[in-house]
Parts: sequence; structure tokens; C-alpha cells
Amino acid sequence: MARLRSFGAFWYDFVIGDDWRGGAAVAAALVLTAVLVHSQGINAWWLLPASVLAALGWSLRHATARKP
Amino acid sequence: MNALPLFLTVFAACLVEAVEALTIVLAAGLTRQWRSTLQGMAVALVVLAGITAGIGPALTQVPLGALRLVVGGLLAAFGLQWLRKAILRFSGHKDRHDEASAYAREVAAAQAVAAGRRGVVSDWYAFTLAFKGVLLEGLEVVFIVITFGDTQRDLGVAALAAAVAVAVVTVTGVAVRAPLARVPENAMKFSVGVMLTAFGTFWGSQGAGARWPGGDAALLVLVPVIALVSLGYGVTLRRSRAAADAASPVPAAAPGSVPSAAVPPGEAVR
Repeated sequence: MARLRSFGAFWYDFVIGDDWRGGAAVAAALVLTAVLVHSQGINAWWLLPASVLAALGWSLRHATARKP
Repeated sequence: MNALPLFLTVFAACLVEAVEALTIVLAAGLTRQWRSTLQGMAVALVVLAGITAGIGPALTQVPLGALRLVVGGLLAAFGLQWLRKAILRFSGHKDRHDEASAYAREVAAAQAVAAGRRGVVSDWYAFTLAFKGVLLEGLEVVFIVITFGDTQRDLGVAALAAAVAVAVVTVTGVAVRAPLARVPENAMKFSVGVMLTAFGTFWGSQGAGARWPGGDAALLVLVPVIALVSLGYGVTLRRSRAAADAASPVPAAAPGSVPSAAVPPGEAVR
């Protein structure tokens, strides 16, 4: 069980890293893009790059916020 | 897509990882024992080659749309990590990765442990240090080679770029017998982060079903836009950090951060 946990932790750290915000924003934007394209017929090519850049700003803001 | 951007992106990414692996190998080899170090390095390279040979061709069987969706998402998340780290280092909110001090830390740790033999390995510590260092840094190389190579259906060019990068670093490392501290690692990390994020975004959107205006030419806009916005974040954070440090006699720095004065002038991320 401990090995399984450390295996999962390694891959989480490898792909997601120090902050989950980037990975979460990418996943959410991909799902939303697919929904918009396939069910609404909207060519939402702009959604992922906009989400990625917003997530980067959010993550940086969180990382540099001074603790009280 | 032209093979040149693919080659250059994989080459730059692999160069950064190879420099980090070289630091660990040199620390193990020069302070412990070269034979066990090279054994550890060789075993790690065999494992990495096995992973590449196993996963790389298998992924070519996956439909391109699904591959681009998954690989694009992973690359974008991976690229964001690199960008975030490079921007935090540039703005003085995180220590710069310093190969010379990383080398000194590894040497101190290596000198503190006694040699122990296991089977054909005469110095187990040197073996495991080299094995782990090469395997962990190499996994990132493998990930980038496989994702870029398979998504572009050009695994050969991606593998060649990685091999050239590793060869360049190995030859340079053997020649100077010291960690490559003068490689502008943060600037390279920033550039690679931009490319990984741009390609990940491009392929991910395509995999989700979106069509880019202009097709592949959209990358010529996407790359500079991501670079400029990221640079803007970096400059803004650096200025606010400098202003906060100037206003406060004792900087309320977060753990692990360095004052902006510690960032040498002219070391800007380009």
C-alpha cells in the first residue's frame, strides 16, 4: 500500500508539481472545449490558451502572496 | 509541422535535464568511485531505453485525436510547471537552480557515507546516486521525446534531438570535469516552458475537437503570446518584489525565497 502511495505521489509530482491549479485548469478547459465543440457547435479554440494563461497568473499570485 | 521546431524544443528540454543529471553523476564519480557510478548510469539508461522502446511505438497505435487530447493536456500542465518555476526564480521569489551549489551539496552528502559492496557493485552509494539521478532526470526527457515524437508522428527526430543534447552535455562534462554552472538554465527553462505550454495547448484543443484558425500557423501566434504574457507576469512580480523589499527594512520573505538583490543584473529571462 505504501509503495502504491509513493508511486502515485511520484506521478502526481511529475505531472502536476508544486501547484494543482495549472493541471486543474487544463483538465477543466479541455472538457469544456469538447462540450462546446461537440454539443453546441462552437469552435472554442481560444478557451484552452486563455485558461492556461489565467491559471498561470492565479498560480503565481498564490505562490507570491505574503503570509500575514 | 516542420521538423525543426520539434527538434529544437526537444533538444532544449533535454539539454536542461542532461545538465542536472551530469551534476549528480560528476558528484558521485569524482568523490566516490567512477566504476560504480558508470554502472548506475548504465542501468538507468537501459531502463529508460526500455521505457521508450515499450511505450513509444505502442502510442503510435492510439488514434491521433485521442493522443493529442491526452498528450496536449499533459504537456500543457507540464509546461505550466516549468514556466511557473522559471518566473518565480526570475522574479526573486524562489532560489535559482545553481549547479555549483547543487554539486557542492551532493559532494558533501557523498563524502559522508561509507562505501558498501553489493554483488558486482563495489560502491552501492555511488551506484544508487547515479542511477536515481539519471533515471529521474531521464524520465522527463523520455516523457518529452515520446509525447512530442508520437503526436507529430516523428519519433525519430525527437529521439535524435534528445540524443544530440545528451551527447553535447556528456562531451562538455567530460572535457571540463565540472558541473555546467554557466549554462543559462533559468532562461532555457522559461523557453522550454513556453514551447511545452504552446504545443500542449495547440494539440489539446485539437484533440478536444477545436479547429485552429490558420491551422499549424496558429503556433506562430500562440508561442509569442504565451511568451509575452509569461514575461509580463515575471516583470510585474519582480517589480512588486523589489518595491516591497525597498519599503520593508526586513523583507517578509517566504521560506526558500531569495531577496531580489540576489538576482544578478542582466540575468533576465529572455
